[in-house]
Amino acid sequence: MTVSILLLLPLLAALALLFIKGDAVKTIALAFSLIELALGVYFITQFQTNISSPQFVFDAAWMPKLGIYFTAAIDGINIIPVILTVGLVPLIIGTTFKREYKNASAFYALIMFMQFGLMLVFTALDGFMFYVGWEAALIPIYFICGMWGGENRVKVTLKFFIYTFAGSLFMLLALIYLYLQTPEHSFDIYKFYALQLNPTQQAWVFAAFLLAFAIKMPIFPLHTWQPDTYTEAPAAGTMLLSGIMLKMGIYGALRWMIPIAPVGFYEWQNNPLWLAIAGILYASIIAFRVKDSKRLIAYSSIAHVGLIAAGLLAWTIQGLQGAMIQMLNHGLEVVGVFFVLDIIERQLKTRDVDQLGGIAKVAPQLSIAFLIIVLGSVGLPLTNGFIGEFLLLNGVYRYDMWMGIVAGLTIILGAVYMLRAYKNIMQGQTNALTATFTDITAGERLILGIICVLIIVIGVYPQPVLHLTESSVTQLMNDVNSKISAALLHKK
Amino acid sequence: MTTLIIIAILPIVLLYIGLYKANKLLLPVTIAGLLVALASAVMQWNNGASAIFSGMMLFDNFSVAFSAIAIVSTLLILMLSKDYFERISDNVAEYIAIMLFSLAGIVVMVSYYNLAMLFVGIEIMSVSLYILAGIDKKNFASNEAALKYFLMGAFSTGFLLFGITLIYGATHSFGLEAIRNWAVQHPRGIDPLFHTGIILIIVGLCFKVGAAPFHFWTPDVYEGSPTLVTAFMSTVVKTAGFAAFLRLFSVSFAPVAEFWMPTLMVITIITLFVGNLTALYQHGFKRMLAFSSISHAGYLLFAIVALSATSGNAVFMYATAYSIASIVAFGVLILVQQQLGSDSFECFNGLHKRNPFLAATLTIAMLSLAGIPLTAGFIGKFFMFSGAMSRFHLWLVIIAVINAIVSIFYYFRVIIAMYFRNAEHEALTVPGYYQFVLGFSALVTLIIGIYPAIIHNLTYNI
Repeated sequence: MTVSILLLLPLLAALALLFIKGDAVKTIALAFSLIELALGVYFITQFQTNISSPQFVFDAAWMPKLGIYFTAAIDGINIIPVILTVGLVPLIIGTTFKREYKNASAFYALIMFMQFGLMLVFTALDGFMFYVGWEAALIPIYFICGMWGGENRVKVTLKFFIYTFAGSLFMLLALIYLYLQTPEHSFDIYKFYALQLNPTQQAWVFAAFLLAFAIKMPIFPLHTWQPDTYTEAPAAGTMLLSGIMLKMGIYGALRWMIPIAPVGFYEWQNNPLWLAIAGILYASIIAFRVKDSKRLIAYSSIAHVGLIAAGLLAWTIQGLQGAMIQMLNHGLEVVGVFFVLDIIERQLKTRDVDQLGGIAKVAPQLSIAFLIIVLGSVGLPLTNGFIGEFLLLNGVYRYDMWMGIVAGLTIILGAVYMLRAYKNIMQGQTNALTATFTDITAGERLILGIICVLIIVIGVYPQPVLHLTESSVTQLMNDVNSKISAALLHKK
Repeated sequence: MTTLIIIAILPIVLLYIGLYKANKLLLPVTIAGLLVALASAVMQWNNGASAIFSGMMLFDNFSVAFSAIAIVSTLLILMLSKDYFERISDNVAEYIAIMLFSLAGIVVMVSYYNLAMLFVGIEIMSVSLYILAGIDKKNFASNEAALKYFLMGAFSTGFLLFGITLIYGATHSFGLEAIRNWAVQHPRGIDPLFHTGIILIIVGLCFKVGAAPFHFWTPDVYEGSPTLVTAFMSTVVKTAGFAAFLRLFSVSFAPVAEFWMPTLMVITIITLFVGNLTALYQHGFKRMLAFSSISHAGYLLFAIVALSATSGNAVFMYATAYSIASIVAFGVLILVQQQLGSDSFECFNGLHKRNPFLAATLTIAMLSLAGIPLTAGFIGKFFMFSGAMSRFHLWLVIIAVINAIVSIFYYFRVIIAMYFRNAEHEALTVPGYYQFVLGFSALVTLIIGIYPAIIHNLTYNI
């Protein structure tokens, strides 16, 4: 069985959903995403962790005269994003069951189409296909945010679109440039890896990729689209954006940017690394002052992703493994947090932290779930956040002590603003508004339960997840390091 | 050659049908005739043609491909003409006939192998268009458009003709190959006749395709002409103009590329910026499309600036994508104009609730014009960018990328209006012909966008 079925199913689901009217569309969308999840689980059980080469390869001619092939596969580098995509989409669809969206069939069709785009990005081993997936994931989320978002949606989503589109066009130029450099004119990623570019060429390729990926993640100072978009988007859109889509940037850097331009990366590594770390501090400080709970999580997301980016760019094995597992953790937690906030907003019609308080008294189950998710995201030991942040900080520290120290502040700052948000929302006395709050229903309990259990299970026993990626990540790192040292030797 | 004969005879038949007032027959006969012409063109594919009539015409794959896309576009546009020309006057047969005469000129323009034939083709096409622009006799804007177009067109023809005569003076021939041979034999130095001739021809052709700074006629003519005529001008005519442009420069002037290339590069850059930046400030959809067509002329010029063996394919893919998407845009525009009485962006507000089909097709068209993947427009842009980069025009491509980003603002304005804003309008009625044309064009846009090999495998070396 090849990975093509994972790509095809969401696409067919999106088309099918367009023709379904009425309330059934939610259930059918959930059913499709669960089938996709089941297939994903099947692939994971068949996945061989001891080899680093691509598995379940699907290869078909797309534009063979131009060396463009439809090549998709799973290996240790993309297995985490693939798990994240197939796993989170059913959860995200589940969170929408209590919401009534106008034109629901289009809404769910767009979600499934977005899953198709994301799977395309994560499994592509062909540059052209990667770019197509990159944009194919952007179009549906643009419409989701624009059609079902908040009041300022038109302006905000256009800014988001222009930002990401601008970044990706420069990535397209880099891909075309690489394509023209390959002797047989091919978009195959392994041909790109094999290219012998000089340091100047590599630096430019690196810069073009970095622009696209830094906007997507986002890394300070290219983050300005993110808080507005997260705030204005409907809850499901925010979850798709923060839970899965921003991992496109991290994954892209790991799969495309660094291995293709290792020397360019090596020479410029410091700059994006400092920017990522500056972004952690900057976002954390802003998060202290934000009253809108959704916006607060948006800033905390910038901080968390900044740390993932820093761990990745530090290019140590700990940092890389930490980035891998933290992609998964962050996706889980952010979906959980946005779901809790959506439950509160749906009932109380407010996101303002100051107007909330005392919800724990009226809704103990919600409050426990929220506590577990918050603790996971601040990285308490025995939650999944701990192992991720520990590895990431370890990786950054090994690269540069001062960077490690500054990045380490994120643990303290994150704990302060997240726990304070928890305190303001959940604890204290109920007020007139929050007294009317009712606790979660069975369906919501199930979703939050799954998230909480995963947070604790991965926190206690992360080894299986780390094991999935280990051999591929080690292999990739050794390849890149040997290219860098060869270039350094050549210089001397 | 059969294609040309069919397309030349068809309008005469139509005029007779008009004479006998059998107006119901007009459209079916036109469609049937054009389909026969299309079939006869496609049968010429890969026939290994050589120049005929003492080297006047050459019906090779290049000419077949561009004739085919011109015929298909005309066919789609004429299908939209049902009940359109009737609103202007009873002389429907004449209108369709003139449009087909223009198409005959276009087939000559994409098949010429001699500068005399180029001139004849351009004149057949242009004179028909001068009339078409002014068919709405009682409309002030239409008259203005016709007059402006005629004056500017005649002026640019003068440049073109002057250029051709200078080239003749230098090379003693109108034949494309003879000119090429002369250029190869005189590789050094600037010949006052020859090189001035090239510049004058560039000026003349840039007028015709609406490239800046020779674009001043475009917005007013496009806006003033009846919308269906505008659709014809901005798709079929522009495609033919570029095919003619490319054939001349790739066959005859390629040996002296380093002479004209910088000039054309400057023109390309100006065209991109003028088209895109001005389109940003338009309040009407039709005028926005006029400026966007200028910017697309800029992208199409890429293929000539970065002249290579794949230029023909690049122009073909880009022009196909652009033509088909534009036909959708103009088709929806005609419906909105007719039924809401205006073409401002506000008229599109909330269209997706009332006419989901129209909104969906127009969205696909706009995404294609903006060059978003999975639509044909992206494939076109991809060929243009990779062609230019393969000739090391990196800065040109970066400028084009900046312009592509700018273009999002105005293409998405109509998408935003249709999907994200609300308004109380009556639902538009969409006639069956329109449904077919819009649905077909949107589908083709997606098919080329998703699986471009379907065309590219045939046209990669035209």
